[in-house]
Amino acid sequence: MIHARALEKRYGDKRILRGLDLDVGVHDFLLVTGPNGSGKTTLLRLCTGLAAPTRGQLEVGVERGRVGYLAHEPLVYRELTALENLDLYGRLYRVPERRERIGMLLERFGLWDVRHARAGSFSRGMLQRLALCRALLHEPELLILDEPYSGLDDEGVLLLDRELSERAAGSTFVVATHDPDRLASFASARLALA
Amino acid sequence: MNYLADVGALARKDLLLELRARDTLPAMLLFVVSTLVVFHFVLPAGSSDLAATGLLWVALLFTALLGLSRAFAAEREQGVIDGLVLAPSDRSAIWLGKALSVLAFLALAEVIALPAYALFFRRVDGSLIGGVVLADLGIAAVGTLLAAMAAASRARELLLPLLFLPLAIPIVIGGVGASVAGEPARYLGLLGLYDALFAIICWASFEYVVTE
Repeated sequence: MIHARALEKRYGDKRILRGLDLDVGVHDFLLVTGPNGSGKTTLLRLCTGLAAPTRGQLEVGVERGRVGYLAHEPLVYRELTALENLDLYGRLYRVPERRERIGMLLERFGLWDVRHARAGSFSRGMLQRLALCRALLHEPELLILDEPYSGLDDEGVLLLDRELSERAAGSTFVVATHDPDRLASFASARLALA
Repeated sequence: MNYLADVGALARKDLLLELRARDTLPAMLLFVVSTLVVFHFVLPAGSSDLAATGLLWVALLFTALLGLSRAFAAEREQGVIDGLVLAPSDRSAIWLGKALSVLAFLALAEVIALPAYALFFRRVDGSLIGGVVLADLGIAAVGTLLAAMAAASRARELLLPLLFLPLAIPIVIGGVGASVAGEPARYLGLLGLYDALFAIICWASFEYVVTE
């Protein structure tokens, strides 16, 4: 699914990634770990296509519309409601039976009762749940998750655990985390960035 | 059809955001009206209609600049541009949807500005309105692309006027010419040509502005 050879990324004079080789197969679950500034988020952005390599080769064998990306930011409009945000993305991703799918995700992540509330009024944890709904909305083949447990309460953690366990066999994952032990049971490969 | 549906969804989203936040259109309205009031008192009594028309175009241009500086504010502040760019829709749909919302804000500002101009200075005729409509199309097309470029920069407040004003010179020439010339068709033609040319350039190049 993802193949990188001698991958390098620089921002100005600062080299973030150097000489990285990577192979992620279909339905693999790659855990990316490393200290702050080691390039985890940069690697994830490269895999989504949001950033371009400075040198080396990177092939991602899936169309843009089949990638689900959970970033640091929830990538939702604060002035729109949870429902309006997901409806916008559902339209752009051409999700079949959009309303039913959105309703199911909002129910599953415990946001149904606040579906008409503006995202700007959400707590950090609720925003993370909404961001997960957005990333999963179009049933992506490749899920790229940056610190997916960030901000989630105990209930949110259980919901995400359940979602990952249901999807682990059918999707490919690249997950950056500071807490690899939590995801150890899902991981089929690890990449430690220095 | 999918492309137009994407454009419609994105433009509708911008109008909804403005309806909720109300942070762009009220500022544009206040700015254009207060600018015309200032110009009314600045121009000496008995000044020519040519001078008044020139000042109208100055007011419209800077009002547009004010609106453009906020065009990608929500996407920039909330990082949403990444989400839009990752969607499978053609990225130019983001530009077109945003340009349509910019156009709507400009038109609404001018619905107030032109009567105010008529009240303070002189009658508004068909060629002036035609010039304003065509100028708005060019401003929305070029301004939206430049606003996206500026939004990606740290010096965005500085960069947008520096990029936009030189490219807006033909719009001002065409707009002023259409407003005051005895034969406005030549200037309206210039504006139409500018709009068509830059709309194609901006449509084709937007993808390279929002990706690395």
